[in-house]
Amino acid sequence: MKAKVFVTLKNGVFDPQGKVVQRSLATLGYAEVEHARIGKYIELDLKETNPQQAEVRVKEMCQKLLANTVIESYKIQLES
Amino acid sequence: MKFGIITFPGSNCDWDCYHVVTNVLKQKAQFIWHKEAKLPKVDVVVIPGGFSYGDYLRTGAVARFSPVMQEVIRFAGSGGKVIGICNGFQVLTESGLLPGVLMRNTGLKFVCENTPLQVVNNHSQFSKKFDLKQNVMILIAHGEGNYFADNETLKRLEGEGQVVFRYLKNPNGSLNDIAGIINDRGNILGMMPHPERCMESILSNEAREDGKKVFESLL
Repeated sequence: MKAKVFVTLKNGVFDPQGKVVQRSLATLGYAEVEHARIGKYIELDLKETNPQQAEVRVKEMCQKLLANTVIESYKIQLES
Repeated sequence: MKFGIITFPGSNCDWDCYHVVTNVLKQKAQFIWHKEAKLPKVDVVVIPGGFSYGDYLRTGAVARFSPVMQEVIRFAGSGGKVIGICNGFQVLTESGLLPGVLMRNTGLKFVCENTPLQVVNNHSQFSKKFDLKQNVMILIAHGEGNYFADNETLKRLEGEGQVVFRYLKNPNGSLNDIAGIINDRGNILGMMPHPERCMESILSNEAREDGKKVFESLL
């Protein structure tokens, strides 16, 4: 089973990289981009086959290591 | 007095700290490798600057789980003095020993320069040799020094006098110009500027030795 983890800055936390990307896109003519937020994508290959179990474990991994919950939030997608 | 200096793979200010403790302060120092599961008997633990574990994932995030950090957490919990400089500060916030987090500089650039600071608490074990509101020059060298904490934490830090150093010209976007803080118990200091690099006039810009007082306060 595969777990896809998306780690992003929480709303309200200033993202200077995102701001620069949004401005660069505007310079290239993509004025329709109002905001850009940059995050991390982490792929985990799991031995686990039970999605409920996997969800519990990956959540724990996010809280302990993969995300710093002071500034980041995370989303988990499981694929068999 | 004996200082234990933690070395992670990627630490690069460990020798600087060793040098100032032994040659400038004339005290004892010992390196402690990150895989050590036991701390030797020391009075102060120093977590030096550098790029522990290559800054992988987030600065300080991986170092937090090294065997020696479990011991440092225990040492700090029993009132032991811990000082984290630059990457050491990042390791301390990731470990939960200090509140908040050090984010990417708002300018997105690594900043390496002499920077003016103000001492805003001179009652701490790490700053008692300074005068209150004293302006000092201490070098910074970091890409992730932008201090962030939620409003409630920030209020508590300010209310309890846990902010020790403030930037006079904010180089990285830190909230409230925070450059260095202590924990509520006052036995842990984290600071982004490098006092160990400004302790000998021959080595520092403008021949200042302002960093010396951080270490001298501990003696």
